[in-house]
Amino acid sequence: MNEKRGISIAYYLMTVPMAILFFIFHTFPFLQGVFYSFTDWKGYGAWNFVALRNYLHIFKDKDVITAYLFTFKFAFFATLLVNVFSLLLACGLNAKIKFKNSLKAVYFLPYMLGTLIIGFVFNFIFANVIPFWGQSLGIKALSINILGTKSAWYGILFVTVWQSLAFNTLIYLSGLQTVDKDVYEAADLDGAAGLKRFFAITFPLIAPFFTINAVLCVKGFLMAFDQIMAMTNGGPGMSTTTISVLIYKRGFQGAQFAYQSANAVILFLVVVSISLVQLKVLEKREANLK
Amino acid sequence: MREWLIQSSSSKVKIARQEKSLKEGKVSWTVTILLVLFAILFIVGPLYITVVIALKEPSDMINVMALPKKIIWKNFFDAWRMTDYPRKFLNTLFITIGNLGFTLITNSLAAYAITRNRERSKFFNMLYFYFLSAMFIPFNVLMLPLVKQAYAFGIDNIVGITFLYIIFGLPMNTFLYSGYIKSIPIELEEASTIDGATPFQIYTQVIFPLLKPISGTVAILSFMWTWNDFLMPLIILSKPNQQTLQLSQYVFQGQFSVQYNLAFASYLLVLLPILVLYILFQKWIVAGIVSGAVKQ
Repeated sequence: MNEKRGISIAYYLMTVPMAILFFIFHTFPFLQGVFYSFTDWKGYGAWNFVALRNYLHIFKDKDVITAYLFTFKFAFFATLLVNVFSLLLACGLNAKIKFKNSLKAVYFLPYMLGTLIIGFVFNFIFANVIPFWGQSLGIKALSINILGTKSAWYGILFVTVWQSLAFNTLIYLSGLQTVDKDVYEAADLDGAAGLKRFFAITFPLIAPFFTINAVLCVKGFLMAFDQIMAMTNGGPGMSTTTISVLIYKRGFQGAQFAYQSANAVILFLVVVSISLVQLKVLEKREANLK
Repeated sequence: MREWLIQSSSSKVKIARQEKSLKEGKVSWTVTILLVLFAILFIVGPLYITVVIALKEPSDMINVMALPKKIIWKNFFDAWRMTDYPRKFLNTLFITIGNLGFTLITNSLAAYAITRNRERSKFFNMLYFYFLSAMFIPFNVLMLPLVKQAYAFGIDNIVGITFLYIIFGLPMNTFLYSGYIKSIPIELEEASTIDGATPFQIYTQVIFPLLKPISGTVAILSFMWTWNDFLMPLIILSKPNQQTLQLSQYVFQGQFSVQYNLAFASYLLVLLPILVLYILFQKWIVAGIVSGAVKQ
């Protein structure tokens, strides 16, 4: 009976205004960016169509290529380290331990704090605290501010992993809690223990949580911005400039509106394809495990 | 005979006890100690440094890690005045609360209408996939044109950015709400429809109260997003009196220069509200974020 009457206009009132606003302020800027990527607009003044010139130029632009390579390297290592350490932490927190709730609360704390301020705090630690220790302990590698050297990206990697561990550990922990204790007892009877038990039984069971974490990590780290602005501002030189930082700096301050729009469109395609491939591959593997 | 019985029963108790402890497992002190050490070194440590530096005077900075010789509360007053903290705090609070309130109402309404009509209407199904696919568009990709547009529309202020947050949260929140609404039996609404209730009445009286758990998740995620966001305020809010707390830290970083004590007092002032909230509501916050993430 309901279906025959059709859909009440009230439902349209609930969605259509929001959808229109969403189109105006989200989809339209996106389409505008795509449009301008085929022009030579500086962000002001007159512009001409240049077809694919921006795109062709990007593939020959050393700065852009450097930024992409750095972003990929950074996203890869950050995802890897975050997942390894957060899985370890989650296993630790899931074990029979004292002060379980307090420890969980402490390890989750970094998630609550703004990345920018965390970046500033670690900036100081890398610049003043660690060199101070390095000098007094006589360790040469630690006695300088690594953010000013070629190794600056290790500092950024550290801070990123430090903060991201919180969320990912929490997800793994909730995954581990879904694993039935009886499965372990059966494993004990079969003589599976330690690492073997982990890789043969625990990990396949929490694979869906690995999928969530891996996809969210890669997507987030490809967009890294706050910690870099706080710690190195993309330097020294261009060595820690991610694509997001490059788009921001050149697009707003470098009069490269159209050119960086093309860069943004490429970034969009990269993120979408990586996310889709990741989802497909990881889901397939999960299905095989079952 | 009797002795034997007692013995056997006590050994039975022993065995039972052993079995019980096997099942529950012994407290693993190695893991506990390792976790406590790491927590102190990596999480409590940096926070300790932050607090200590904020309370020191520059002449007391030779040994950074040591407790302050004299506690300098003045750092906080100076940072408060220098960054115009009250103004920035109220700006951030306005954006956060405004976004929270409107997001909970408008986004849940949209998700409700979409979820309940998706199966019988192509239009609503299309809207669902429209919002869902928008989740793949990173903010950095549309920020250049967005800034021009925000300027043209005159929304480069705290009211405007609040509005943008409400709009930009829509894809994610539609997704979260939709998953939850699907699990609510439709019979409840059908009964109310027969009683003559309009869709809006059903939403306010039946659906919205039932959405409490997922609204909690959406509220926490929205709050964290707007309070800690840096990029959107950086590009949208150009006037100093419109800045948020995070943005003002970035803007004043150059002026703090090597006045580390002042800078850290200022950081602490920004971290404090969220630390207090976390200590008070830690359980709900963690539970809300987990259920949001696992549903993704």
